[in-house]
Amino acid sequence: MNTKPTRTNDDGTHPSSFARHPSLFKATFAIVSKDLSAEFRSFELISAMLVFSLLVIIIFNFALELDIKVREAVNAGVLWTTFAFAGTLGLNRSMAVEKDRGCMDGLLLAPVDRSAIYFGKALSNLAFMLIVEAIVLPVYSLLYNVNLFRLDLIAVIILGSIGYTAVGTLLATMSVQTRMREVLLPILLFPVAIPVLLSAVKASGGLLTGSVFAEIAIPFNILVVYDVIFIAIAFMVFDFVVEE
Amino acid sequence: MQPRPIALKILDVVSIIVLAISAYLALFFAPTELVMGDVQRVFYFHIGTAWVGLLGFVIAAIAGISYLVTKNMLWDRFEVAAVEVSTVFFFITIVLGSVWARPAWNTWWTWDPRLTTAAVTELIYVAYFMLRTGIEEPEKRARFGAVYTLLGGISAPITFMVIRLFRTIHPIVVGSASGTQEKMGMTGDMKIAFFFALFAFTVIFVDMIWHRLRLSDLQDKVEQLKLKVSM
Repeated sequence: MNTKPTRTNDDGTHPSSFARHPSLFKATFAIVSKDLSAEFRSFELISAMLVFSLLVIIIFNFALELDIKVREAVNAGVLWTTFAFAGTLGLNRSMAVEKDRGCMDGLLLAPVDRSAIYFGKALSNLAFMLIVEAIVLPVYSLLYNVNLFRLDLIAVIILGSIGYTAVGTLLATMSVQTRMREVLLPILLFPVAIPVLLSAVKASGGLLTGSVFAEIAIPFNILVVYDVIFIAIAFMVFDFVVEE
Repeated sequence: MQPRPIALKILDVVSIIVLAISAYLALFFAPTELVMGDVQRVFYFHIGTAWVGLLGFVIAAIAGISYLVTKNMLWDRFEVAAVEVSTVFFFITIVLGSVWARPAWNTWWTWDPRLTTAAVTELIYVAYFMLRTGIEEPEKRARFGAVYTLLGGISAPITFMVIRLFRTIHPIVVGSASGTQEKMGMTGDMKIAFFFALFAFTVIFVDMIWHRLRLSDLQDKVEQLKLKVSM
């Protein structure tokens, strides 16, 4: 997409030839591993998201007086609100570091398909969100004495996080390029992400109050549909968002 | 400043006339509804504004896609005009609905699927304006705006579907007794008022869009003059 077919490389090969240019999969993987290794050196993002999540849970504890009766009904809501807020924090930060030191320009100059940049960033955002969730879940289980370690619940959480980061990565890329930057992301993201948050809350709430899988089939299916639709759209329009 | 084109002048006058006629039809001509009484008369404007509101959002999404394909700034202006006018009309719809809900449902607001979706949709387009004001380059503003209208245009119907599905599972439902159900019990005179309101608001909508497009032109001219002066 970003390579011009008329130009050739120094050795005369076509710029899009596979020998010199990494495939979409390889390029995506390179971006993900760059983000992850940078993160695992500093733990800036994950630790900020994690502390923030725990604070949100503590605030909810006081705000809602989470005694045993109330808790059963609102567990899923509290969890997803926490994930959504922490997710916004992570999305903002992960795009801001690209923008701040001109790394984004570097990425755009790289001879790879731009959708590789989108998938790379989206995957690493997803990884951060999942890592935070993987820590929050046991802590929450411990603090409130509910068992959150169930395969079906984890599947719902993964699907919800995929949808959230798919559209979140796209909107974060837009919001870091505006004057309001970080402030704008939640305003742009929440109204568009309402279907995914709603169905994730419904599905996890159903599971936590003891419904069988068949009963939450509708929200579960909506999650899958939302994920597919929004990954496809973000993939199609990402080019327009990074164009210079 | 260029004077308004004659066709626009005519359209302005026609808009005022059809609005007046529509108000007359809604307030005096249409028979009083048996159960709800006079307050049901708000229905005609409620539906009229809702219709043009949604029409504008659909037009905006189409204009957004057209902009991304053609990169013609005209489509961007069209998109802004449609979203701006529609956001106002849609807000009027929500307010009128609230006025109607107070006597009919005994509350200003319920979290019924339609109401919730309306509120979310309105918020999407408020966010759209905030996005646009944050970007200085016109070309980038147009691109981001188009992408966001596209996302919003797809997300809003899904939100409606989602909430509706969930509410039908759970028995605590305040029936969505607006629009379609109301229409079924309409008498002939009510239908006249109803369809005239739709027509009237469509005319007003076109008139407003036209004005908004002219305003964009003028804004462009002012920008260019400013540039000239500063150079």
